[in-house]
Amino acid sequence: MVQDRETSSPEMNLEVEGVWKAFPGVQALADVSLQVRRNEVHAVVGENGAGKSTLMNILSGVYAADRGRIFLEGQEIRPANPKHAYNLGISIVHQENSLCSNMTIAENIFVHDIPSRWAGLVDRRRLGAQTQAMLEMFKIRASPETLVRELSVGQQQLGEVAKALACQCKVLILDEPTSALTDHESAILFDRVRQMRAQGTSVIYISHRLHEVFRLADRVTVLRDGRGVGTQHISETDVQAIVRMMVGREISQFYPDKGEGHGVPVLQVCHLTHEGSFEDINFDLHRGEILGVAGLIGAGRTAMALAIFGAVPGVKGEILIDGKLVTIDSPNKAIDLGMSYLPENRREEGLFLDMTVQANIISSHLDAFATGPLMDPLKERSEAQRFVDALSIRTPSILQKVLNLSGGNQQKVVVGKWLSTKPRILLVDEPTRGIDVGTKAEIHNLLRELANEGVAVLMISSELPEILGMSDRILVMHEGRVMGVLPADEASEDAVMSLAIGS
Amino acid sequence: MATEEMDRAEEGKGPVWRTVLTRVMRVREAALMLFLLLVSFVLTLSTPYFLTLQNMRVILTGLALDAVIAVGMTITLVSGGIDLSVGSVFACSGIVVAKLINVGFPVWSAVLVAVLVGLGWGLLTGLLITKVGINPLISTLGTMGMARGVVYVITSGRVLAGLPDSFQRVGQGRILGVPNVIWMAAVVVLTGDFLLRRSRMLRQVFYVGGNERAARLSGININRVKLGVYAITALLSGAAGVVETSRFASAISPMGTGKELTAISACVIGGASLSGGEGTVLGAFFGLLLLGLIRDGLILNDVSVYWQQLIQAAILVLAVAFDVLTRRRRNV
Ligand SMILES: Nc1ncnc2c1ncn2[C@@H]1O[C@H](COP(=O)(O)OP(=O)(O)OP(=O)(O)O)[C@@H](O)[C@H]1O
Ligand SMILES: [Mg+2]
Repeated sequence: MVQDRETSSPEMNLEVEGVWKAFPGVQALADVSLQVRRNEVHAVVGENGAGKSTLMNILSGVYAADRGRIFLEGQEIRPANPKHAYNLGISIVHQENSLCSNMTIAENIFVHDIPSRWAGLVDRRRLGAQTQAMLEMFKIRASPETLVRELSVGQQQLGEVAKALACQCKVLILDEPTSALTDHESAILFDRVRQMRAQGTSVIYISHRLHEVFRLADRVTVLRDGRGVGTQHISETDVQAIVRMMVGREISQFYPDKGEGHGVPVLQVCHLTHEGSFEDINFDLHRGEILGVAGLIGAGRTAMALAIFGAVPGVKGEILIDGKLVTIDSPNKAIDLGMSYLPENRREEGLFLDMTVQANIISSHLDAFATGPLMDPLKERSEAQRFVDALSIRTPSILQKVLNLSGGNQQKVVVGKWLSTKPRILLVDEPTRGIDVGTKAEIHNLLRELANEGVAVLMISSELPEILGMSDRILVMHEGRVMGVLPADEASEDAVMSLAIGS
Repeated sequence: MATEEMDRAEEGKGPVWRTVLTRVMRVREAALMLFLLLVSFVLTLSTPYFLTLQNMRVILTGLALDAVIAVGMTITLVSGGIDLSVGSVFACSGIVVAKLINVGFPVWSAVLVAVLVGLGWGLLTGLLITKVGINPLISTLGTMGMARGVVYVITSGRVLAGLPDSFQRVGQGRILGVPNVIWMAAVVVLTGDFLLRRSRMLRQVFYVGGNERAARLSGININRVKLGVYAITALLSGAAGVVETSRFASAISPMGTGKELTAISACVIGGASLSGGEGTVLGAFFGLLLLGLIRDGLILNDVSVYWQQLIQAAILVLAVAFDVLTRRRRNV
């Protein structure tokens, strides 16, 4: 049945025609078409659960479409599995990290074609050298022999990108490659993407950071509820118009009002040090404020938050809560002291993937859903339903396994889980990672409401606009040290960035 | 569009979730029930003796103590662990109770000490796993060997008998014509099933088995949960061993051999995942029933014991293979 196509226009590299895909309870894609030119960066945007990743998974051979056809350079193709798609010239960076965490960076980057010598033995030296070059390009400070699980989420994401860039491919798919990266690292990626575009590669680029889309892409296709809404030239449209196409209504682009002054210090951190990740951290977190934490990948922000939350052993320094010295040696203790930590790495640290949406949302404070020693199914269900509604989590039921949700919806489940505990000190690490514009505003409002109710919020984010828009004060870290704390009215993109890169 | 939104919202609340719930919760048990009926039907055709009250009682009595152990094993598997020591702990408690009575302990205190010995093994396993950090497979392999060693040390390979009537009555008596052991199993299975579904303490076990790191960051005390899991399992195994000794009015050193295989098979057939986070007690009980019926069918049809052993192990491998194949993750 595979046939040549007469009608295809010669400048189209990849064409998708009327693709359908259903999962139990969900029509993920309905009659979606997409045309990508040679020498083009083509953005695909849409709300969480719109079907973007599903479409990419079909192109890269992870799923088979129920209906529809795909043409590469005018030839109909049917990617049967990821390896097949790769051999056809389609390379993908998945939204969720797919690196093998127990293998080295080098082995991961060159998983498809490991340099080898005679008899198929791995050519270690060539592998190391090639990997080193990749790492230097992205300024990842790690040796090629480092195990992937020792890298931060951002570094893993860079590694993932490096892996995809290592190939000679016709189509490169990047599914939210920058969700854990700061502008600094994104810029390096963008340079490389432009280079590939110049060499004739088609790049499909998915992101919820629309300003990136407008910086990088040539055209943009919008998906909504599994259907294509339209394709536009970037030069002929603007962010507002795209947002309208995505959600079908206006979304306010404004951040909630800032808090008024701040109260007493609730959390005081003195000389906090952890060999190799951060050194001599000092700051106060006040009642009712949002303290933004900015810094590049590898600045030690997550390590610091985990240390405060008692999840890392061997930390030196002092932590005071309400002016009293406390020892926090386990997350359990931290929670007892009124803390919550929304982790950055949702799949490893936030979610129980094989369990239901409901089970995940209630997981952080079972006591609240129990009557005596027994769980109360009614309370469990109503809490889960409340957050599914509040955060518009797209799922056929609250008993769907979290594994089957789209990436952004998984993130919403993590957010719901931690907002449903009623902490006095809330540490959030990339809270809106991979979340669409509409819900992002929702989460920002929720965070500000909590602060207004007196919760002390520490917000780590790699997205500078979010840091600037949300924070009352901004703490900037660089290579494990605090470079400064800026009040909101003195902070600007440049001021934060220059501290973050250490100058 | 608007109606689609509403449909979706409806789906979240209305009767749809209930059907989904029942589907998810019951599907394994329902399939097992059907399968049980099918096997029973075939067995009835092959020998008319199968479908007699007498035979039913034999089957149920035969698997009653296995059911008690399987309750513990289900909890262990849900926690993402495994316990190979159940058979040896069973034997150890069974031997200890006989020995203590023989040397003159009053029955009640002998029983109490023997059950506590079981608990002790569980705590030891739990500490090896949580404090020392040895993985469950090796830890329980270790306690399995040690507990069996204690059995041989105590008995020197001899049979311990001469137990008083008051003790024998525990395992041999009947209430309303139904053997005590069946009553005990029924109570343990039903309570276990209810608690595993509903109790707050045991709910934590699912999270630990689902994603240990996330559970820790959710404020669950991983070590305490694990310690509890192995303690409960060993306690149940030990208690079952005591009843076994009472039932046969004697204790022999190989008692309980292979019970771990039976229990693990039953749990996996009943839907427990070897990678943790999933499983129900009722499912495990049905799994056990299925194994029991098959064994009974083999006996009634004069299949040799050696074949029975082979077939049971093959069933375990099949069940695990099925488990692994149907649980392939969407690893994107
Ligand atoms: N394996 C699966 N089983 C069941 N449903 C699935 C599966 N994969 C995706 N879905 C559903 O298909 C829909 C589209 O998901 P997809 O991952 O393509 O969204 P997305 O546009 O990439 O969203 P996000 O921005 O959150 O990444 C969602 O409703 C999701 O729940
Ligand atoms: Mg996606």
